[in-house]
Amino acid sequence: MNEQQHLDTLKDIKRIMERSTRFMSLSGLGGVGAGLSGLIGAWFAHGILEDYRASAGSPFLYNGGHYESGSPDVNLLVLKLLLIAAAVLAGALTTGSYFTWRKARQQGLPIWDATARKVVINLAVPLVAGGFFILGMIYNGFYGFIAPACLVFYGLALINASKFTMPELRYVGFTECLLGIIATFLLGYGLFFWALGFGLVHILYGVIMWWKYERAPQAA
Amino acid sequence: MNPIENLNKLFESRIRLGVMSVLMVSEEVSFNDLKAMLDVTDGNLASHLSTLEENAYIKVHKGFVGRKTNTTYSITKAGEKAFKGHLAALEAMIKFTQ
Repeated sequence: MNEQQHLDTLKDIKRIMERSTRFMSLSGLGGVGAGLSGLIGAWFAHGILEDYRASAGSPFLYNGGHYESGSPDVNLLVLKLLLIAAAVLAGALTTGSYFTWRKARQQGLPIWDATARKVVINLAVPLVAGGFFILGMIYNGFYGFIAPACLVFYGLALINASKFTMPELRYVGFTECLLGIIATFLLGYGLFFWALGFGLVHILYGVIMWWKYERAPQAA
Repeated sequence: MNPIENLNKLFESRIRLGVMSVLMVSEEVSFNDLKAMLDVTDGNLASHLSTLEENAYIKVHKGFVGRKTNTTYSITKAGEKAFKGHLAALEAMIKFTQ
């Protein structure tokens, strides 16, 4: 055994310890894809809201977050927005998991192991709690709070899950929480903050992660 | 003084060292998860695990998930001490040869 072998052994130990606690196959490109689908969704939502404003006047978003629900027009509008949200979620999950699957395969690692399970569970708990909370707000007509609540709960979920994957995800979590809190005090701009948090922040994070971990090694 | 003496013979096997590395950072790990993380065959892993168990470096818990048996492993105090001692010896070795 020489020095190089000992160094290799230590490197091995470090790698195994990291791999058994953190899911490192999360792909930056997946983040970019999720961000793009968020931006596209926000653009469609904006269009629908503008149409509604043009035909029916006062939109519910400026009503202090609360609207006396019951008007069929508003229910239809909410339904349309929820459908867009569902499509964005599906798009984000699909691109995110595709690129993550691809990266795991390139690294020769299993995509569904103990660490992946930990990431999913730790994301899911705050997200499900937040999801029911937001459903309650929709039920009671507090539409203005949907975007801020989405951002805050999503941020908390990311902070929670960052212990088991890329540590950088923690800062994304803080950013989303902060945006959500600011949005709580600027209720009319929910969609703007939503696009910022779910669109731009994801794209920015994805590009940084891609640059840091996935970019093909340069010749220089 | 020769630092080689402090290296633990049991950890000369990469697989045994790998098992200890995993168990140092996770409380309880199942046989299948260990197998996936270390990329080894059933028989190979089982024999290394029993060696570690005989030396009281790891504990075996046999449980059930539904009707299927679910065997998990965790590190003992002695195992933790031995692993840390081995790491310290490796470090000393590198400093010694530099």
